[in-house]
Amino acid sequence: MSYSAPRGKENITPHPYGTNTQMHKLMGFPFTMFCKGCGYGSIAQAICRVFKEENLQEELFPFIVNIGCYSSMPTVLPGKTFMTLHGRGIAVATGVKMANPKLKPISIHGDGDLLSIGTNHFLHGARRNVDMIVILLNNNIYGMTGGQLAPTTPMGSKTSTTPYRYGEEPIDAVELAKVSGATYIARWNTSTIRDFMKSFKKALHHKGFSFIEIVSQCPTQFGHKNNLPKALDGFNFIKNNSIRINKAKDMSPEELKGKYIIGEHLDIDRPTLWDRKSQIIEKLKD
Amino acid sequence: MNKDEILKRSVYTGTHLLEGNVAMAEGCIAAGCRFFAGYPITPQSEVPEHMAKRLPEVGGVFMQMEDEIASISAVVGATLTGKKAMSSTSGPGFALMQETLSWANLIEMPLVVANVQRVGPGSGVVSLPTHGDITQIKRGGNGEYEVIAIAPNSCQELFDLSIVAFNLAEIWRVPTFILSDAWLGHMREKVVIPEPEEIKKRIVPRPEYIPAENETEGRPQIYTTANKDFTEFNIPAFPPLGSKHFPYWWISLTHSQISGMITETPSVADNTNMTINYKISKNEAKISIVKRYQLDDAEIAIITYGTPSRSALEAVNECRKEGIKVGLLRLVTVWPIAETAIREVAEKVKQIIVPEMNLGQIAEQIERFAFHTDGQRIPVHRVSHTAILHTPKEIIDKIKEIIQ
Ligand SMILES: Cc1ncc(C[n+]2csc(CCOP(=O)(O)OP(=O)(O)O)c2C)c(N)n1
Ligand code: SF4
Ligand SMILES: [Mg+2]
Repeated sequence: MSYSAPRGKENITPHPYGTNTQMHKLMGFPFTMFCKGCGYGSIAQAICRVFKEENLQEELFPFIVNIGCYSSMPTVLPGKTFMTLHGRGIAVATGVKMANPKLKPISIHGDGDLLSIGTNHFLHGARRNVDMIVILLNNNIYGMTGGQLAPTTPMGSKTSTTPYRYGEEPIDAVELAKVSGATYIARWNTSTIRDFMKSFKKALHHKGFSFIEIVSQCPTQFGHKNNLPKALDGFNFIKNNSIRINKAKDMSPEELKGKYIIGEHLDIDRPTLWDRKSQIIEKLKD
Repeated sequence: MNKDEILKRSVYTGTHLLEGNVAMAEGCIAAGCRFFAGYPITPQSEVPEHMAKRLPEVGGVFMQMEDEIASISAVVGATLTGKKAMSSTSGPGFALMQETLSWANLIEMPLVVANVQRVGPGSGVVSLPTHGDITQIKRGGNGEYEVIAIAPNSCQELFDLSIVAFNLAEIWRVPTFILSDAWLGHMREKVVIPEPEEIKKRIVPRPEYIPAENETEGRPQIYTTANKDFTEFNIPAFPPLGSKHFPYWWISLTHSQISGMITETPSVADNTNMTINYKISKNEAKISIVKRYQLDDAEIAIITYGTPSRSALEAVNECRKEGIKVGLLRLVTVWPIAETAIREVAEKVKQIIVPEMNLGQIAEQIERFAFHTDGQRIPVHRVSHTAILHTPKEIIDKIKEIIQ
């Protein structure tokens, strides 16, 4: 990621939903700070499209943005954003939701952020069924800090901190969300953006803790170290390793090793944290 | 529930026998606290327990979080969304909060944290008091920042000064700390709580964000600005999250105090640090609360804060009976350090005694100001120990020793 924004309008690649971004409203043109070919741009665009299609009142759907390459995503996000510390978004969002239950916070995380430093909050946010959306941008690496091993890095990959391809078993965020108690769970990748949009729309209307993982290519940090230097290499690597959930049902655990099972994994109803808190407040009123 | 009903419910009017931790919790609720997030830790667990019972009665929310990091993060979220919010903890939990507290200082969040201190380092002694965290309060997080910390010395004060803590947080837009300890938190004393109308007069509400007054070039002015010499500060109200006026990108990185946006310009980053620090330290005389006792003709001054100030008061009274000219300067606010008041006292006395329940964390500060007007340094004697309460006798013994 680079902090040096393009210096003039002439350097901007046309962005179909650019006028919907905050940066456009503020500066007259949108720009991203992502590397060329990074998957995060298309995800941001999809989020902008959903905001427009759903005609959302932006202040009621605040983004809570954590720390990683996506920290600069607000330049191409549609609404209000509050940037927190590394991993703390769900805890902050819990405070936000309890202070103003009308809001539906959307917390944006990386794999390092959500599955390493902030895992505790992830488990407990899901357990409490806080009415919020968690979007995990899984690029299989610590992008921002220079390509170190992440808890999602596939076994045997080369990273800045695994020069000898030593690996640790990666974690499956969808399974973690399931056992923790999330009530809407989906996983998509950058080649299934339309499905992601559908899931995101569903999550916006879902009452409870929604978790959407989106596997995204990182040509700069993951790709370069793992023979996937071009955007399309990483894109295809993820695409070819993804299996639709209905197909995966008939496959053995060996066949599914190292695969991303994409699709809608769970959609259930359960009282949210605020449902329970407000019940008590109501009861104590008289 | 209408506003009057909530106000009435939030003030536990009457004369009660209350435990320190409970008196503090009642003070915070009376002050308008409507969100509490915490994690159990001795000797402060009665605070979350009481909050869990009381907050829903006044339409507030109590959260027992997964740890202290989550607790303080949730408090930041609730404060940003417009609620008066707080957490309380003790030593190890307070250490866990530091990263977030540093951030809360950067973004000038008016939140309150109570630290019911216990012996450290490490897991320490859970039921014994110490004031070992005094320095950590403002030097525990990354970067440099100034905070306000207030040190009650009785259950009545735990109630009254909790209201003051919330007020100071709002007025100066800064994380504010209530310093209690294992002894104070678990002690029971008489607490008189006035009528709700009386309390209402004492409360500083969250300032309302008014777009016409708080915008710079059409953007919300969310941070404090200062003049060139850092003598005048404009501390603005901020638009809560969820309102139309909330800025489109509120960052946790070092920002420009004017635009609120990211900066990598050294002079802008420098200005931000100076502003948030000097906002408190240069206004020390306005913020500090001190109590003076028998200082007019004193030759020896005891300067202390919190629990030891009770023993110090007793020591002054005993010494006065014997004709020893001793006075007491009690620092009700520990941070910012009450430089003006300490200098004023130091100019008039010959020696200073600082009883502290640590090995001299505030004595070090007092040494910076212990001079007569002619530049002559005056001795600062410590009566320092951890884990043990000061007896009046040991302070008297020290006084007698130094006048020999
Ligand atoms: C407490 C703390 N530790 C470490 C860091 C440094 N840091 C910044 S981003 C990052 C990793 C980000 O990885 P990920 O969340 O996967 O996001 P990506 O950059 O890959 O999108 C780290 C370790 C930090 N900001 N704060
Ligand atoms: S380092 Fe990777 S994740 Fe970060 S902006 Fe570049 S391509 Fe995207
Ligand atoms: Mg990552």
